[in-house]
Amino acid sequence: MGAEVVVEGLTKSFGKQAIWRDVTLTLPPGEVSAMLGPSGTGKSVFLKSMIGLLKPERGRCVINGVDIVTCSEHKLYEIRKLFGVLFQDGALFGSMNLYDNVAFPLREHTKKSETEIRRIVFEKLEMTGLAGAEKKLPGEISGGMRKRAGLARALVLDPQIILVDEPDSGLDPVRTAYISQLLIDLNTQIDATILIVSHNINLARTVPDNLGMLFRKELVMFGPREVLLTSDEPVVEQFLNGRKRGPIGMSEEKDTATMAREEAEAAAGHHDGSPQEDVRGVVPQMQPSPGLPERAGERRRKDRVMRILHTLPPAAQEGIIESLSPEDQRRYNVHPHLVAHHARPNEFGEAVPNQHHGQLPTEQIARIPGAQPPRPGPYGPPREQGPGGR
Amino acid sequence: MLRQTGNLFALGLDIVRGLFQRPFQFREFIQQSWFIASVTILPTALVAIPFGAVISLQFGSLARQLGAQSYTGAGSVLATVQQASPLVTALLVAGAGGSAVCADIGARTIREEIDAMEVLGVSAVQRLIVPRTLAMMLVALLLNGMVSVIGVLGGYFFNVVLQGGTPGAYLASFSALAQLPDLWVGELKALIFGFIAAVVAAYRGLHPAGGPKGVGDAVNQSVVITFLLLFVVNFVITLIYLQVVPGKLD
Repeated sequence: MGAEVVVEGLTKSFGKQAIWRDVTLTLPPGEVSAMLGPSGTGKSVFLKSMIGLLKPERGRCVINGVDIVTCSEHKLYEIRKLFGVLFQDGALFGSMNLYDNVAFPLREHTKKSETEIRRIVFEKLEMTGLAGAEKKLPGEISGGMRKRAGLARALVLDPQIILVDEPDSGLDPVRTAYISQLLIDLNTQIDATILIVSHNINLARTVPDNLGMLFRKELVMFGPREVLLTSDEPVVEQFLNGRKRGPIGMSEEKDTATMAREEAEAAAGHHDGSPQEDVRGVVPQMQPSPGLPERAGERRRKDRVMRILHTLPPAAQEGIIESLSPEDQRRYNVHPHLVAHHARPNEFGEAVPNQHHGQLPTEQIARIPGAQPPRPGPYGPPREQGPGGR
Repeated sequence: MLRQTGNLFALGLDIVRGLFQRPFQFREFIQQSWFIASVTILPTALVAIPFGAVISLQFGSLARQLGAQSYTGAGSVLATVQQASPLVTALLVAGAGGSAVCADIGARTIREEIDAMEVLGVSAVQRLIVPRTLAMMLVALLLNGMVSVIGVLGGYFFNVVLQGGTPGAYLASFSALAQLPDLWVGELKALIFGFIAAVVAAYRGLHPAGGPKGVGDAVNQSVVITFLLLFVVNFVITLIYLQVVPGKLD
């Protein structure tokens, strides 16, 4: 399972200009998280601070018990081996061909033989759809291919944490969807913690388990995707719908006078070309490709979210419950349109008595079955043992 | 300004520390040595010939006026070996070698290659900068030797052919003033110049200010800064040397 990343009170500024302050969040292990935000809010800076390329002034960022803000350089290089990072442009080494680029981390950090390196490199190139292009130099291929090659290189050391800086920049919507699918499949296969930094709404709505947003030098929110997708926060609403009307202006923030004028213009019937419909709301999440097993991160997240369900805003609670399959609703003993539902014993109820500890009244706590019910995966029956198998 | 100086020294220390860290990047070292040698050898040779000639002409005419023709060879050898060749080396190592290294590192920095390398858990200083620094030092050392030889040959040619000096006198006075420590200190200077040029080039390359234009500015600045530093360092080393090592005639 991927590593957990705990960020506490992180503050970064360049000279006198604060980039963001007091960012506190936890990337749950093995889940896919995404950080949204208008351009120039320091999303990439946040990502670089998480791997120690930039030093934040205050705060902690703890991975496997090591605080990368204050740890020694030697420790930092060690902990970075847990990371796979995909930069915006792939950041391939221009003087090496794709094969050498992908083989680079293996040659530097492992004592693997050249044949084994070859096997791993071809496997990763295959995975990212680059088989046959291994002899090409980074300058000779398209931006999308560079991105995928960067991803292949980030994956060769089997990272526990994958950071992705704008997977969609410079890509068409179709290729973005393929990259997104690749990330979800990857999370399914190696169960790594993934953080995507992006401002692509479609990706944000369908890919991650958790969503956060940076604006006005602060973390507006971070939590399960349903919380942000159903949020009434004006910034979030404006951003998700891609409207001009709202607190986000051309240069980061709008003053109140501009905002009031826009409101008045809109009230007077001026149509500024912004999309009319509201895309907020919980949409079905992207699933791993058919043939892959169930995503372990998704299962863990469901349990985790149901445990904190009572702390979430009502709209998010409703969204979460509605997005559950009927059998999950039975399993967690929740029903749509009935958030503070009175708990009734159900078929799994007796198995989890100690889940009910706490100060809250029983009826506000969602139930977590201790024993996993036998659930056939959504993609075919579990693999069968062949005849004469061990 | 103070911060920049501090960072420059910090990088210098990092490089020195990186020299002793294993694994040493031997391949990179060889490739870079070859690369730096290939961009510096020809210009150095072309600069060294007129440099030796100028010294020889100037000193030759001066010596003739003072009636010390027999010391022509001695003077030009001394000037070439002790001063001219380290300075020519410095100019070429900074101007040709340093600018090439700075441009290379700068381009890698803005393409985020350096960041990518750091993130892959590989120290860019150890992997890229240390081999380049050693290569610069090695090439500077060898260039210094080459400039000494070419400069003396050039001086000989101009003195004997153009000024009508006698070959025998020129050769005989070779070791009248010059001594072996002059050569050693010349080589030591070249080593130090190579190191300084590499550190400055790497520092400016790793921190270009803002985008592709910044790389151009960084290369420009690295050459200027290196020149300034090298001439100051040359002055200091010469001063110490003249104090410590007695002249041959003393």
